[in-house]
Amino acid sequence: MIRRSLAILFISLSAAGAVAAVSSSRWERVPAKDHARVNPLAGDAEAVAAGAQVYRDHCLQCHKADAQGDSHKRPALRSERLRAASDGDIEWFLRQGDLGHGMPSWSSLPQSQRWQVVAYLRSIQ
Amino acid sequence: MLSILKRALRRGCWPALCIACSFSAVSWAQEKPYFVTYSHDLEEPGNLEIETKTALGRPEGGNRFGATAMEVEYGVRAWWTTELYLDGQATAQDSTVFTGFRLENRVRPLMREHVINPVLYVEYENISGADKTILEFVGHDGQADLASPNGELRREHQHEAELKLILSSNVRDWNISENFISEKNLGHEPWEFGYAVGATRPLRSASSGRECTFCAEKFIAGAEAYGGLGDTFSLTVRNASHYLAPLIGWQLPKGVRFSFSPSFGLTDTSLARVYRVGVAYEFNQIGNCFHGSQGGGE
Repeated sequence: MIRRSLAILFISLSAAGAVAAVSSSRWERVPAKDHARVNPLAGDAEAVAAGAQVYRDHCLQCHKADAQGDSHKRPALRSERLRAASDGDIEWFLRQGDLGHGMPSWSSLPQSQRWQVVAYLRSIQ
Repeated sequence: MLSILKRALRRGCWPALCIACSFSAVSWAQEKPYFVTYSHDLEEPGNLEIETKTALGRPEGGNRFGATAMEVEYGVRAWWTTELYLDGQATAQDSTVFTGFRLENRVRPLMREHVINPVLYVEYENISGADKTILEFVGHDGQADLASPNGELRREHQHEAELKLILSSNVRDWNISENFISEKNLGHEPWEFGYAVGATRPLRSASSGRECTFCAEKFIAGAEAYGGLGDTFSLTVRNASHYLAPLIGWQLPKGVRFSFSPSFGLTDTSLARVYRVGVAYEFNQIGNCFHGSQGGGE
C-alpha cells in the first residue's frame, strides 16, 4: 500500500514538473519593467534594414541567414516562442544572453542596435 | 576535387581547411580598443581571433624598440575564453629576439548581466627579461627595465603567475572597466600590484544599415589609464609607472579590426610616450571543425 502511494506520488510530482517545464518560458524570467518596454523603433523600415545589417554582423554565424538555426543547439528565430515574446523580452534576452547555453551577452552592443535587431526579428516572423 | 580534400584530411591538414573555410563566414564582435584594460566581453564560443599588439617606445638612455605580442584567442564557452600570447621584440642597434609566451584564461563566474560584471583572469607567463610588450605595468616597473641591452636582459627568466579581477559595466553605450592586477614571480619575488581603468564608446550608437567602411558606428573611441601599485613590501603609487592613453578602434570590412593608442607617461619612471597599434582578425565558428555545434540560446 505504501509502495503504491509512493508510486502515485512520484508520478504526480513528475507530471506536475513536466507540465511546469512545458508551460514555463524563458520570458517568465524577464523582470516586469523590461517585459513592458516597447521598441522605440517599432514599425520603422530603416530600423528593420539596419537590424538586418546588425544581424548579419553578429547573429548570422549561429542562427544562419534564414534565422532557422541549425535545428540543434542554435534555435530558430522564426518561432512561436519569439512571436509570444514582447519587444522588451527580446531586448532583455539579447542584453543578458544565456551564457550557460552558449548565447553570448550582447550588452556590448549599443542599445539602439539591440532595438534594431528586435525590429528585424519582428519583421521576419 | 573530392579526392584532394580526402587526401588533405588523411594527411592531417584539416585545421588548415577549417581556417580556409572560416574565411567565407567572417563576423565581428563589438570589441573594445583597449590595449591594457580588459572589459567583460569574451570571445564568442567557437570563434578564434588572432591579434597582434605592437608597442613602440624609447626608454631614456636606451634605444628605440618595437615589441609585438601575437595573441590567439578562442571562445571555449560563452563564459570562458582562453588565449595564447607569443612575444618578441626588436631593439634598434641591438637585436631581434623571441621573448616568451603567456597562457591566459578569463572566466565569467556570474551567468547574468549585472551593473558590474566580474571576470576572473588567470595567466601563466614564461618570458625573458627582454620582453617589452608592456601589456601591463605592475610593482615598480619602469623605463629603466627596458633600457639595458637585449643580451643582458635575456639572461633573466621570468616564470610568473598573474591574477586579475576585471570589473566591467556597459552603461548607456559606454563601457567602463576597472582591472586590479596582482603578479607573482614564481621564484622568491614578492607579489606586485597594478591597475588599469578605461572607458569607451562607439562614435555612433545606431547602425546605419549599410555596408560601409568609414561610418561613425565602425569607430570606437575612449581612453585608458594604467600603472603600478608597488608590491607587498611597498604598496604605493610612488616610484611606479603611470600612463594615460586615448584610444581609437576601427572595424574594417571582412572581420579586420584596427586599433591605435598613444600612451603618455605621467611620472619620471614612465616612458615618455608609447605608441600602440593593434590589428585583429576573427575567424568565425572555427570550433565547429573540432566538435559539433555549440550552443546558442534563443
